[in-house]
Amino acid sequence: MASEQRANLKPLSLHVPEPKFRPGDEVDFSDIEVPAADAAKRPDVGAHPDTFHELSYGLVRVLDENDRAVGQWNPRLDADVLRRMLRNMAMTRAFDERMFRAQRQGKTSFYMKSTGEEAVAVGAAMALASDDMCFPSYRQQGILITRNYPMIEMMNQIYSNKGDKLQGKQLPIMYSSKEDGFFSISGNLATQYPQAVGWAMASAAKGDTRIAATWCGEGSTAEGDFHSACTFASVYRAPVILNVVNNQWAISSFSGFAGAEATTFAARAIGYGIAGLRVDGNDALAVYAATLWAAERARTNQGPTLIEHFTYRAEGHSTSDDPTGYRSAQEYSNWPLGDPVTRLKNHLIALGEWDEERQEAMDKECADLVRKTQKDAEKNGILGHGLHQPLDTLFEGVYEEMPWHLREQQQQMMAEEEASGRPWARK
Amino acid sequence: MNDITTEEARIAPTPEREGDTARMNMIQAVNSAMDVMMARDDNVVVMGEDVGYFGGVFRATAGLQNKYGKQRVFDTPITECGIIGVAVGMGAYGLRPVPEIQFADYIYPALDQLVSEAARLRYRSAGEFTAPITVRSPFGGGIFGGQTHSQSPESIFAHVSGLKTVIPSTPYDAKGLLISAIEDNDPVLFFEPKRIYNGPFDGHWDGPSKNWSKHPGGEVPTGYYRIPLGKANTVREGQDVTILAYGTMVHVCQNVVKETGVDAEIVDLRSIVPVDIEAIEESVKKTGRCMIVHEATRTMGFGAELSALVQERCFYHLEAPVTRVTGFDTPYPHSLEWAYFPGPVRIGEALKNIMKDA
Ligand SMILES: Cc1ncc(C[n+]2csc(CCOP(=O)(O)OP(=O)(O)O)c2C)c(N)n1
Ligand SMILES: [Mg+2]
Repeated sequence: MASEQRANLKPLSLHVPEPKFRPGDEVDFSDIEVPAADAAKRPDVGAHPDTFHELSYGLVRVLDENDRAVGQWNPRLDADVLRRMLRNMAMTRAFDERMFRAQRQGKTSFYMKSTGEEAVAVGAAMALASDDMCFPSYRQQGILITRNYPMIEMMNQIYSNKGDKLQGKQLPIMYSSKEDGFFSISGNLATQYPQAVGWAMASAAKGDTRIAATWCGEGSTAEGDFHSACTFASVYRAPVILNVVNNQWAISSFSGFAGAEATTFAARAIGYGIAGLRVDGNDALAVYAATLWAAERARTNQGPTLIEHFTYRAEGHSTSDDPTGYRSAQEYSNWPLGDPVTRLKNHLIALGEWDEERQEAMDKECADLVRKTQKDAEKNGILGHGLHQPLDTLFEGVYEEMPWHLREQQQQMMAEEEASGRPWARK
Repeated sequence: MNDITTEEARIAPTPEREGDTARMNMIQAVNSAMDVMMARDDNVVVMGEDVGYFGGVFRATAGLQNKYGKQRVFDTPITECGIIGVAVGMGAYGLRPVPEIQFADYIYPALDQLVSEAARLRYRSAGEFTAPITVRSPFGGGIFGGQTHSQSPESIFAHVSGLKTVIPSTPYDAKGLLISAIEDNDPVLFFEPKRIYNGPFDGHWDGPSKNWSKHPGGEVPTGYYRIPLGKANTVREGQDVTILAYGTMVHVCQNVVKETGVDAEIVDLRSIVPVDIEAIEESVKKTGRCMIVHEATRTMGFGAELSALVQERCFYHLEAPVTRVTGFDTPYPHSLEWAYFPGPVRIGEALKNIMKDA
C-alpha cells in the first residue's frame, strides 16, 4: 500500500479541533454573533422544512439588552406566568446547590447540576402540555420541578434510600416518572432520541393527540442514535420535538468535537428535512416560544422540529469532574448571553412586576424548602448507611416473572446476607 | 507508511526488560505502556472521548498529547461506533490505533464495528486487510457506579471469533499485557478493572482501601517489556483446589483463601481469549477440583466456557463438580451493589462446599 508522495502536492495534515480558551486564558467571546432580539422571523407552524435556513443559523431571542420582551417570538406571557417561570428556575438552582453539597458530604455517590441551563428545561416544560411525553437527558431536572413532581421523591432517588421509588436500582438523578410524562433516564447517551420518535409515531399511529419531546447534549449528537432519530422523525413526520442542548462542553471536549466549528446544531435539521430553530437557551421566553411553536407544529400533524438551545454549562460536568483542568474559568462570567435566572428576573423588574426584595425573599423561600425537604428525605436514609430497599428487590423487575435461575440466586443472596451478619440484611 | 502485514514492518519485540522499575498504580502503568509504545512506533495513535488535552476521565492518557502531539493523541466525537469504525480504517491504513471506550458499559454502540468488522477483516480479506487495534476500556463494578458504570461484558467479546480479550490484575501485568496487545496484529479488547486502578481490593467493601505501594505487582519497569497474551499466572500454589479468576477477583480470591485457610491454587488467567489451557489443565489435574470466579453475570459468563473446558479435559481427575461463583443475573444495582458483588461470603461458601468431601 506504500505509495509515493505526489511531488506537486503538499502533504496532508489532520485537523484536530482546539477550543479558543484553556485554563488561565483571557476570554473574549466577541466572535459569537448575537443578533438583535427582534431579528428572527416567526414562520407559520406549517412552513416547509426547506425554509428554515436562516432560523437554523440565526438565533431566536425575545429578551433584549434592556430586559424587554420584543419581536415576533415574544410569547406575551402575563406576569403571574413569568413569576412562576422564575420561581421554577430558582428552585431548580437551589435544588442543584443543595444536592451537589449532599454528594460532597458523602451522602450519595453522584450528582449533576444544570446551573446556567435552567431556562432550557423550565421554559420548555411550561410550554408543553402536562401530558406531553418527555424523553430527557440527565440535565433536565427543571422539567420535574416545573411539573411539580414531589421534590422529596427526587431526593429519595438521589439517596437510593428506602423511599426511592426506583428501589435504589439507578444512579442518582436518573429519575423516572410515567405519571409526570418523564421517561426513565438512561446513562447511555442519546438512546432516548429514537425512543421519543417511536413514542410520537405510536401516538400518531393510534390517532392520539399527544406529542413527545426529547433532549440531548450537543456532544451526544455525534451518537448514531441521534441520526437514526432524525431520519425516522423526518420520514414519518413524527409529532416530536428534538432538543439539542448546546452548553458548549461535553465533559472536557468542547462543541468543536461534535462539529460546531463548521456549522450549527440546528442546521443538522436541514439535511434531514426537519424544521430547525436555533434559540438563545439563556432566554426563558425564547425557549418557551420556540417550544410552543414546535408543539403546535407537531400537534397539528405538520411534523418534527429540531431546536438547538445555545447555552453554557456553568459548572463541572458532574461531581466527578473538575473543569478548571480544561477550560478557562472566565468563560461563564463572560458568556455573551448572560445568566438565565438573572435575565428573567430583570425582565420582570423592568415590567414593574418584581423587585430585588421579592427576589431575595423567593430565593430564601426556595432554599428553605429544599433544606426542609432534604431533612425529610434523609429520614428515609442516605446511600450506604443501612436503610436500603429490601434486599430481594435486587431480583425484581429483571423479568415480569422470575425464572428459576433468578429465584435460586435470590435465595442464595438471602442466605449470604444472613451469613455475613450485616445489619441491613434483615428486612 | 508501514504496511503492517509485511514482515519487516512488524515491531521486533525486545525480550529484555528496559529501564529501572518504579512504583505505579494501574492507571500509571497503562499510561506508561502507551507512552513506551508511542515512543517506539510512530504508528501508535491514541484516541477516544476526553483522552486528549484532559488525559481521560481516569487520567490514563494524561500527558500523552503534550508529548506526542494532537495528530497522534486526540479527543473524538462521542460516538463509540464511530471511534471503533475509524480505528479499523486507520488500522487498515497501517496505523496501530489504541482507542479508549470511556466505560465498558458504553461499548455497545460499537458492537457492529467490533463483531462484524474488526473481528473478521483478516478472515474475509484472506489477510489482505487487518485491524491491529487495541480497545482499552475500564470495566467492572464496586464503585457505586450504577448499571452504566459497572458492567463486565468480557464474555460478549470472548464469544466472537477473531477478537482477543485481555484483563490484567496488577499494574505490572497491565503494562506488559498492554504492550503485547498493542504489538498484536489482531484486534484486542483490553478491559481494565477500575476497582483496582488505585489499589488491590480484598472484597471487604467496608474495610480500609489499599494502594499499590506495598503490592509486588505495583513494582513496574519504566521501559519496554511484554507479557505474552494467552499465558496465565499462578499467583498462589496449592494442592486442594484450583481457582480460575481474572482482574479484581484475583485479589478477592487471594484474600478469601487466606481467610479460610484452604490450600487453593489460584490461576490468574490474564487473557481469556486465547486462554492458557495448559496452565488450567495442569493445575486442575493436580488439585482435582476447580472453582471459577468472575464478577460478570453468571449465565453465559466466561465461567461457562471454562467449566466446559475443564469438564472435557480433566473429567477423570475431578473429585467434585466444577463450581462457578459469579455476579447475579441482574443488571448492576446501585444501592445493593455489595449484595450483587461476588464477595468473600459467596466465594467462601462455595469454597467450603467444593471442599466438603475432601
Ligand atoms: C454511550 C455513552 N458514551 C459515553 C458516555 C460518557 N459520557 C457521559 S456524559 C458525556 C458527555 C456528554 O456531553 P453532552 O452530550 O454535551 O451533554 P452535557 O453533559 O453537556 O449536558 C459522556 C462522554 C455515556 N454516558 N454514554
Ligand atoms: Mg454539552
